[in-house]
Amino acid sequence: MNVLRKQDLKILAASFVGFCVLYALMSEGIIGAYWQFNLILVGINIILSVSLNLINGYTGQFSLGHAGFMAIGAYVSAILTTNFHMTFLLALIVGALGAAVLGFLIGLPTLRLSGDYLAIATLGLGEIIRITIMNIEYVGGAAGFMGIPHYTTFPWVFGIMLFTLFVIKNFVNSAHGRACIAIRENEIAAEAMGVNTTKYKVMAFTIGAAFAGLAGGLFAHCFYIINPTSFTFMASFNYLIMVVMGGLGSITGSIAGAGVLTVISAVLASWPEFRMIIYSLLLILLMFYRPQGLFGNIEIMDLKCFSRFKGGRN
Amino acid sequence: MEFTEQLVQQLINGISLGSIYALIALGYTMVYGIIKLINFAHGDIYMVGAYIGFFVISMLHLSIIPALLISMVVTGLLGVAVERLAYKPLRNAPRISLLITAIGVSFFLEYTTMYFVTPQPRTFPNVMDDVTYHLGMFVINGQQVLIFVITLVLMVLLTYIVQRTKIGKAMRAVSFDTETAQLMGIDANRIISVTFGIGSALAAAGGVLVGVYYNSIDPLMGIMPGLKAFVAAVLGGIGSIPGAMAGGLILGVIEALVSGFISSTFRDAAAFAILILVLLFKPSGLFGKNTREKV
Repeated sequence: MNVLRKQDLKILAASFVGFCVLYALMSEGIIGAYWQFNLILVGINIILSVSLNLINGYTGQFSLGHAGFMAIGAYVSAILTTNFHMTFLLALIVGALGAAVLGFLIGLPTLRLSGDYLAIATLGLGEIIRITIMNIEYVGGAAGFMGIPHYTTFPWVFGIMLFTLFVIKNFVNSAHGRACIAIRENEIAAEAMGVNTTKYKVMAFTIGAAFAGLAGGLFAHCFYIINPTSFTFMASFNYLIMVVMGGLGSITGSIAGAGVLTVISAVLASWPEFRMIIYSLLLILLMFYRPQGLFGNIEIMDLKCFSRFKGGRN
Repeated sequence: MEFTEQLVQQLINGISLGSIYALIALGYTMVYGIIKLINFAHGDIYMVGAYIGFFVISMLHLSIIPALLISMVVTGLLGVAVERLAYKPLRNAPRISLLITAIGVSFFLEYTTMYFVTPQPRTFPNVMDDVTYHLGMFVINGQQVLIFVITLVLMVLLTYIVQRTKIGKAMRAVSFDTETAQLMGIDANRIISVTFGIGSALAAAGGVLVGVYYNSIDPLMGIMPGLKAFVAAVLGGIGSIPGAMAGGLILGVIEALVSGFISSTFRDAAAFAILILVLLFKPSGLFGKNTREKV
């Protein structure tokens, strides 16, 4: 077994311990319903921000349409469980596949664009998805889709979050991932070195969309009702902020960004009138003093204090 | 006959709405042209402009023109302040930090305004008598005439400033090549501030006119028009001032036609569909210059 695999196992073991502790605290009632709900939200947000990081941070393609893919996953899986009584896991998978197919279809033409143009095109597509959903009577239109069974529990979210993290981590560390990073660093140079840039951009975009769909499915089965207003471009901004706050191109960063922002917004919920003002000021100050995000593009295991856990050289 | 009548009527509505989009789009396009920032806070500047107009009219009991001017001046100063405080420190930071800051400023303006004026929509005071003019087969109301006239005056004024004055020349120079402009002795920071000031003042005019036209304003009213004005700017060719004017009008007309003949719920989707089509087939927009990609 190589060093990386050993490291994976250690992280897996550590997360399992973390999960057991949190789960024990929950079943003992030390973590109340409010924070239990917020922990679920943290998990969903981690899936969203890590998958967005794959597109924005690792591949360097500025996407602002993440909420649209999340909406597809949410609606598809909700329809399957509510109207067709499909099992939760299968519905989640179909939802994720739906989002992936759409991501592929959208990515193919739009990823020819770059920078701000891509950002604004994906933002527009996200809004088109939302407006289209709003106009479909079958899913309740603007009023929202009601009566979704409540399947999303903490173990589900935690398990799927771990799965997402490992898939994306392994993708990034694979030859495909290196091709994506090469595109981020310099698209023309990457192409000159024989990287099929379109293929890898669309691949990253599709994988990102699939996980957004998965998160959408979890999100839908957490609230009993989903509404198109949950998937506006403001939501996409929110996930982008998590990614940038944690650091573009750092999985640990995305986890931290999603965790910190979700907890901040949960804490500030007691002062609703100040919540967004404080939130926006924090955001501006963070960009002033740490524009590269909390972690930059470094993973937590690369930090000096963790090097002894690594089991040798990297 | 009925179809033509409805068509003309929708065109008039579209041009009124489009004029307002154009006023907002000008600020987007000027700022993008000069510092390459999608200023997401611009829609909220427009909202603040509408509120200032509202308070000037309802508390100071001024008529529409002085209210418009006061709102433009105050909002222009707000735009300059935002640029100085939030964007200037990040002049050399990665562009994504600047973008996130713009989103932060946008939230800040929205929710600070909401804190002071409550989230409830307010009824904009009636500033002019309800007059309607029957010109042949179509009808045009006083508010629409006001929008056309003010937009026209502002656009002529802006074109004059940009094309004929020294500061306009400096603006064009900075947007063409900031470094060289600085070498020629132009204070780029001052020009960027002026650009934000002018753009914000135009947005404020749009805000006050929207208040007059729709009679209702609320703290989140800037989000959608802001985004659509950006679409208008892209449609016309971002960085191009005539492009923003044309893009705004075209977008307004298309939206009015879609809501008049298809369905008003698809109105917003139409704007974004146009955006995608423009980006895919002519990313430089209608009036934009094609730039060759260099290695």
